[in-house]
Amino acid sequence: MSVQSKIVNRKSKIALYWPLIKSTQTGLLLATGIAGYLSAGTRIGLLTLLGVSFSLFFAISGSTIMNMWYDRDIDVKMKRTHKRSAASGELSPKEVFWVGMIISLLGVGWAFIIAPLYGLVVFAGWSFDVIVYTLWLKRRTAWSIVWGGISGAMPILAGRVLATGHIDLVGILLALAILFWIPTHTLTFSIKFREDYANAEIPTFPSTYGDTFTRATIAVSSVLAALAIGWASVLIGISAGYLRLIAVLTAGLLLLAFATFRVESERVNFGLFKYASLYMLSSMIILAMKAF
Amino acid sequence: MKMNPLDRVFLLGTVLLSAYQIVVGIDALSTAPIIAYTIAFGVLLVAGLLLIILGFEGLDSPVVVIISTVIPLALALGLVWEHLASFRGWYLIFVIAGFAAVTYTRSTPIHNHLPVIMITITHGIAGLTIFLLPIFLSIQGATKPAFALVGIGGALIGICGLLLSFLKTGKPILPREVIFRAFPIFLLLTTICFVTGFKFG
Repeated sequence: MSVQSKIVNRKSKIALYWPLIKSTQTGLLLATGIAGYLSAGTRIGLLTLLGVSFSLFFAISGSTIMNMWYDRDIDVKMKRTHKRSAASGELSPKEVFWVGMIISLLGVGWAFIIAPLYGLVVFAGWSFDVIVYTLWLKRRTAWSIVWGGISGAMPILAGRVLATGHIDLVGILLALAILFWIPTHTLTFSIKFREDYANAEIPTFPSTYGDTFTRATIAVSSVLAALAIGWASVLIGISAGYLRLIAVLTAGLLLLAFATFRVESERVNFGLFKYASLYMLSSMIILAMKAF
Repeated sequence: MKMNPLDRVFLLGTVLLSAYQIVVGIDALSTAPIIAYTIAFGVLLVAGLLLIILGFEGLDSPVVVIISTVIPLALALGLVWEHLASFRGWYLIFVIAGFAAVTYTRSTPIHNHLPVIMITITHGIAGLTIFLLPIFLSIQGATKPAFALVGIGGALIGICGLLLSFLKTGKPILPREVIFRAFPIFLLLTTICFVTGFKFG
């Protein structure tokens, strides 16, 4: 094989693996981890910041690849996911498994080297996602999303723990904010792609409890996420100006959550879904400002 | 009507300028104007974000008329509170009554001219306050000349609010497409005028 064809081959491998790490979701969770670290307002160590970034990136990407590996049989039944390279057969299951394991080990191992407690929280996040959510509960109960949410809340807690050296109230509130924010994503998807989930026989809130209960859950969890972010912001001691900005963004979130509850509309649902992502990203940037 | 990328850039500019104003632009003021300006720029910010997310269809919602009343009312209240101390109480009553009247007439099926009259009176008084007061203050030398930009912003948002309100009440002054096409740039220009006027005025 020529050098050129080897390069082309490697590029196509990266192109096949990139969608398996869900880059937007991973990027957002990574942002929460960095924000958690910076929110403590401690002196920023560039090496530590790079360590946090890479260890979290690898741990989150690894767990996502493991999820794709295990769920390839149900992904192939869903229109939204059937083209994923693990489901379509473009990548062999064995290869995907080992790539996922190696990247996971790299991320979690790196985290333990940086600090044992930080490593433990990162490992907890990986375990909740891969073992509890993916392997155990996803195909059994609609409530599996709670464990997916807890897993998603671990990066921000890990970042905070690394900066402060212990688990504090702010860290728990930030983790709760992420936990309550995640249903706006997962439940909106489960409404929008209900047929897909039905085809794959995955229990979801809409299929188990109906749309009204699901929309109410989205609205309530958005409110709880906003409360947790607000409380954490006050405890962190961010400036009055940034508190005002968080209050304004929160008011927008609550308005949309209320509209979601009152109006049965896919556009409003998806509006909340997108606004909640922007809200969380903005909140993370504001919390990170504490370090500067 | 589909929103083009340039519209989104204009709206993003509005969002970022409003965020700047909320965070640092009003820090030195007393509590009441801070609350009033936070509400005004907050509504601009959230409206900009929602338009980026939902597109122009977001303007079809019946709450748009009510929301678009909040911006001039809150801004006018902030200005009066800061610069016309003897009118504070009366203006606060007008703001609350005006908002309540617009909300009531827009959320109740009324088949006469009352909703249009309420919107015209409320927008008219608030808009004239935002337009005239800063210009008057800067001419008198009570503020720096740049403060007159707030008045120009007031005129722009007043035009915007009236165009939208009459469109929503079924009596459009301009065609819907023209209003929607001009809306993002109007919002951005308005916000630029407000932010620069407050900063350099």
